[in-house]
Amino acid sequence: MTNVLELLGLAESAELLALSPPGWGGNLLRGLLNSLQIAFGAFGMGLIIGLFGAYGKLYGGPVLRDLLAIYTTVIRAVPELVLILILYYVGTDLINKAATAMGYDRVEISGIVAGIWVLGIVQGAYATEVLRGAIKAVPPGQIEAARAYGMPAFMTMRRVTIPAMMSFATPGLANLWLIATKDTALLAIVGFAELTLETRQAASSTRAYFTFFLAAGALYLLVTLFSGLIFGWIERWARRGQPSLKGGQP
Amino acid sequence: MPDPTPSASSARPEAIRISDLHKSFGSLEVLKGVSLTARQGDVVAIIGGSGSGKSTMLRCINFLETPKSGEIVIGGETVEMRADGSPANRKQIERIRTRLAMVFQQFNLWTHRTLLENVIEVPVHVLKMPRDQAVARAHELLARVGLGDKADAFPAFLSGGQQQRAAIARALAVDPSVMLFDEPTSALDPELVGEVLTVIRDLAAEGRTMLLVTHEMKFAREVADHVVYLFEGRIEEQGPPAEVFGNPKSERLKQFLRSVA
Repeated sequence: MTNVLELLGLAESAELLALSPPGWGGNLLRGLLNSLQIAFGAFGMGLIIGLFGAYGKLYGGPVLRDLLAIYTTVIRAVPELVLILILYYVGTDLINKAATAMGYDRVEISGIVAGIWVLGIVQGAYATEVLRGAIKAVPPGQIEAARAYGMPAFMTMRRVTIPAMMSFATPGLANLWLIATKDTALLAIVGFAELTLETRQAASSTRAYFTFFLAAGALYLLVTLFSGLIFGWIERWARRGQPSLKGGQP
Repeated sequence: MPDPTPSASSARPEAIRISDLHKSFGSLEVLKGVSLTARQGDVVAIIGGSGSGKSTMLRCINFLETPKSGEIVIGGETVEMRADGSPANRKQIERIRTRLAMVFQQFNLWTHRTLLENVIEVPVHVLKMPRDQAVARAHELLARVGLGDKADAFPAFLSGGQQQRAAIARALAVDPSVMLFDEPTSALDPELVGEVLTVIRDLAAEGRTMLLVTHEMKFAREVADHVVYLFEGRIEEQGPPAEVFGNPKSERLKQFLRSVA
């Protein structure tokens, strides 16, 4: 192993990437873990916002629909980097102003929580549209059958609409999840120690830019490949009961 | 006005009574005052041209459509309606709906569930029946409609006739007091109609109360106790099938029967 690395001239890189100091591998992995935590939280929050948003857009009153339209339009219109700067600084500033106004001390807002909130709000806007489309794709007759048999509205949503829309929503949600994992890199700009910031620090301390950014790229790729597996499994489950499109014959 | 109920059955209790039902879609008046009574065990066939309001009438009974005005009494219980016709008591509607099983033209099975899961869904989750009891009953019902070996199949892999028979099993699973059939064979290929009609015929023979919107005139004549002919939102003529089909009085009904013959 060592010989092969030496032969390829990678022995130095391997040392730099070692998990324990003086190697920087541990830092990278910690960054990855932070990134994943934020992506996970933001994606989950996005799903919840998206579900309420989609139902609100489809069945809500005119005021709610207008408010949701403003939300999805504005969030999707503004570049995410700008949104992160706005939401992060304005958000923390507002919270601190509120805290001091109510007589509390200024609070230190944890990077993870702020990251989840900021990206969650962005994800929620996209998820609203993904889920709205998916709900609309559910054959109305299936929802009508649930009503005709006396299912209350919430049970209809839980037992019929959501499972039936899953197959339509999964591809779009898989995209959103991958975007979430990569959007965490944008949080580097507000100084949050996620994978990209850790990589930059490691690279600039050691001048081994290529090694570290390649390693970070490989980590992002691993996350994507693993996510692909998971979403493939979810999609097969969500599409149970539907004939394969390859077969052609329903 | 003649008594709209079949005379021989007037001793049996009422299953459904509709009085002066009106329904509009926007400015289009689809039902212009329809009254109808079905007693327990009656098979009422509702016929009429497209746009005559027959499906709308059926869908008003379980409030899938909100009527504009009128009165609906199900098994002696009057449905509470607001002045605009919308149901005033959501809980009551949900309870009444569990007693009125509907079979749809497009089957409307839940495609993400197997036939067995479709059949036990309402008994388990709405009627809170113990699961094993519901499963045992579902197997019986599926066997009864000839799908005993398809319990674990998903609807999309079955023919239209099989799906509709499964939908009938789903309807029977709630042990309904009235079954509402909304053109149950209209979406089927001609060679699949027979298998569904056979199942419905058996249900009629065992004394199930049913309202049947249909285009199958021969079938209506054979199974119905009472036939109602709707024309432009009004009951144009009604009576025993032998009368309605054999000796129609209204010119429109005569014309209609000629056109579908």
